[in-house]
Amino acid sequence: MTNPSCTTALVVGAGIGGITAALDIANSGFQVVMVEREPSIGGHMAQLSETFPTLDCSQCIMTPRTVEVGHHENIRLHTYSEIESVRREPSGSYRVRIRRRAAYVDWEKCTGCGVCQEKCPFKVESAFERGIGQRKVIYTLSPQAVPNKPVIDAEHCRYLQSKQDIEAGRAPAVDKQGNPATPKCGACAKLCPTGAIEWEQQDSVLEEEVGAIVMATGYDMLPMERLPEYGGGELRDVVDGLAFERLLAASGPTAGKVVRPSDGEVPKQVVFVQCSGSRDPERGVPYCSKICCLYVAKQAMLYKHRVPDGQAYVFYIDVRAGGKGYEEFVTRAQEEHGVVYLRGKVSKIFAQDGRLIVKGADTLSHRAVEISADLVVLATAIVPRATTPAVAGLLGVPVDENGFLVSGDEEMAPVDSCVEGVFLAGAALGPKDIPETVAQASGAAAKVLSLFQQRVAAAATVTA
Amino acid sequence: MRVTLDPEALHGPFVREIEAISEQNLLKCNQCGRCSAGCPVVEEMDLLPNQIIRLAQLGLETVIDSQTPWMCASCLMCQSRCPKGVDLPRVMEAVRQIALRRGDSRVLAGRVDGSLLASAPQMAVIGALRRGER
Amino acid sequence: MTSTERVYGYFPGCTLATTAVDYDASGRAVAAALDLELREVPDWNCCGASFPLSAENVMNFIAPARTLIAAQREGQDLATLCAVCFHVLKRSDSYLRTHPEAADRLNAFVTEGDYDGRVKVRHLLGILRDDLGWEVVRRHVAAPLQGLRAAPYYGCLLLRPEAEMELDNPEAPKVLHNLLLALGAEPVGFARQAECCGSTLLVSAPEANQRLSTAVIESARSAGAMIVVTACPLCKFNLDRAQEGLPAAERLLVAYFTQAMAAAFGLAEHAGPVCPLQAAA
Repeated sequence: MTNPSCTTALVVGAGIGGITAALDIANSGFQVVMVEREPSIGGHMAQLSETFPTLDCSQCIMTPRTVEVGHHENIRLHTYSEIESVRREPSGSYRVRIRRRAAYVDWEKCTGCGVCQEKCPFKVESAFERGIGQRKVIYTLSPQAVPNKPVIDAEHCRYLQSKQDIEAGRAPAVDKQGNPATPKCGACAKLCPTGAIEWEQQDSVLEEEVGAIVMATGYDMLPMERLPEYGGGELRDVVDGLAFERLLAASGPTAGKVVRPSDGEVPKQVVFVQCSGSRDPERGVPYCSKICCLYVAKQAMLYKHRVPDGQAYVFYIDVRAGGKGYEEFVTRAQEEHGVVYLRGKVSKIFAQDGRLIVKGADTLSHRAVEISADLVVLATAIVPRATTPAVAGLLGVPVDENGFLVSGDEEMAPVDSCVEGVFLAGAALGPKDIPETVAQASGAAAKVLSLFQQRVAAAATVTA
Repeated sequence: MRVTLDPEALHGPFVREIEAISEQNLLKCNQCGRCSAGCPVVEEMDLLPNQIIRLAQLGLETVIDSQTPWMCASCLMCQSRCPKGVDLPRVMEAVRQIALRRGDSRVLAGRVDGSLLASAPQMAVIGALRRGER
Repeated sequence: MTSTERVYGYFPGCTLATTAVDYDASGRAVAAALDLELREVPDWNCCGASFPLSAENVMNFIAPARTLIAAQREGQDLATLCAVCFHVLKRSDSYLRTHPEAADRLNAFVTEGDYDGRVKVRHLLGILRDDLGWEVVRRHVAAPLQGLRAAPYYGCLLLRPEAEMELDNPEAPKVLHNLLLALGAEPVGFARQAECCGSTLLVSAPEANQRLSTAVIESARSAGAMIVVTACPLCKFNLDRAQEGLPAAERLLVAYFTQAMAAAFGLAEHAGPVCPLQAAA
């Protein structure tokens, strides 16, 4: 094979797994195409405050890598994009069609100055802030976003919605003076110093030819509405683990101040509920979500750092702390920070007089336990990203009954898929923490490099 | 208090009887405690609901001395929230049945307040009487 | 074809036939107003008042099975009002249907006929929601219960276990809420809306029963309810009895959902504690 494209790699998903794999491959001299759904890269790690067990600032350890990706001469980054189709060529390479959604901003002209975002008059719920905070209709996910270019949320944009209404005849075509009607707002376009707002922008489709694919589409969390007995999706002061991270994060909507979403008060009694939806074959997911025991210990300790006179409780069934330094980490929470661990799965959470009543148990002391909490954090089950099964289907990679990717050999080759040239990494395979994700990503990258190296060597033999 | 566990007790007639009457695989219960967390009558129980099934799992026959199965209201809250699908109300019934078969069965009616018997909906009286008493 | 479009076999149960005749009478009255014919199943007997929770106990299914067989003979599905009767009949039917060897043993014993599982056991709430629709209920409202903050109390046996009762989600039930909305009332959800009133502990552990029922009442009260609406005569009895020590003015009234319907339909004589005058409060 002398086709140079066959040593270009595609990395699907630009969380820490995808980023690691892409950098390993790119730094070895090969070209990498990255495709990411969100407007910028970083995945869930970008939402975290600190990481366990080191309590490193998540942004601080990740930003050097995201910046490197953004500048790397060997990486072509397509964000706000999705894989539309994958075709295996006779040569063995893959022809991939990528759809880039209309952002209504010309990223070539945009300098990332941020005036549009600052001046946009309208705010909406931010998925990134997970119910804790809002964003503007024209937005970047964070100030450190890579690329630091905004997109417009068309569904909530006054200009685009009113423009569509006028064009569809739902709104009058002329105004009261008889002039052609103009859409509402448009503040960003008026203020942009480089005229980068592009109201007529469409989705664009491009094709890439690649010789290997790494799938690292990551995870999501079980929707809160699946836990009505805990007030999930209904009680404002019952939040999930990622939402609590946004409360803790210095760059978050409360600048790192832990407050109740309902009234902004500082909570003095916080209850953490592990296994919210996990290990629950009857009504949730049957598997253990692996990371919650550690991140709850982390969040309880960070809460105590911020609110030293607060009390944290953790309801657990088991404490699973098998990683390096993990047992010691949890022990620190219990012994040095006074976090009270209660062994019992919470039955119900309801509101009473502005607080939350948590009905749990402590099987170790043979007591049913009731706590009046100011804030409840549910460690909700880790599930695959909703788009993972579809993307896997395009690549011919099977998923298991829980929607996680199936390895070629779960025991001996976890980052191989059963499809030639397609490799898998990270939480898309199953719940896992950052060190394991990075290790698998490097493993997948090594497999890609090995494949490419063989092709380079074969090509050299041919031409020799 | 120390107990000696051995296969004869763990797989013996007592455990088999509980499992036969309840039609439940007791080992499905991983003692998460959710049943006890949500039980409305736990305040009046000497042992927690999860302890009842734990003792049964280990073949410890002292479980039939507990007041707990008789305080159970069969409200089915435990069963509806059990992550493993264990039907604890059936296990409670199995313990009650074994207790009745072993002890002298007692009829509750003689000890119930007469005016209550007269005014209460008969569904309550029949339901309570059919259960018996330890 | 008669003007009555829908016919159901009706099983009142012992309690509705005697100590809770108001539930029975209001149920029949509102059903008639909705052109639902509730035809009392001839020769019915007590359902047993408790669902047999032990295996190898086919004898205990005879009582509910006889009623199901009688309904089979009449060729109708079976409608109930009492939540416990609904629970016992529905789960007994489910058990016999999924354990054919138990049904065979039962049929060998019972002389009135063979249980064959063709009768569907329904509750009036399910019939209103699924067979009629709330729009039909709304059309019959002559005196909307405007301003009436009513706490829908589901209790335990009406909804659990969800898979067998097939009526509503016990963690987020809506059927009584939606009925109250259709009647023009303001449903007030509360924390203990599906928690136990104490049930038969009334007889075997009255103090525990008092504590449970009081907790339900307090939960409804703190949510701002003016009245509690229920579908079970034992729940009603327990909730009323728990408040006997309170001065009359402080008691939270408890009514059957059929009484709320009667009030809204303008059938005052069956409205019980629900009064349109109260609704104007």
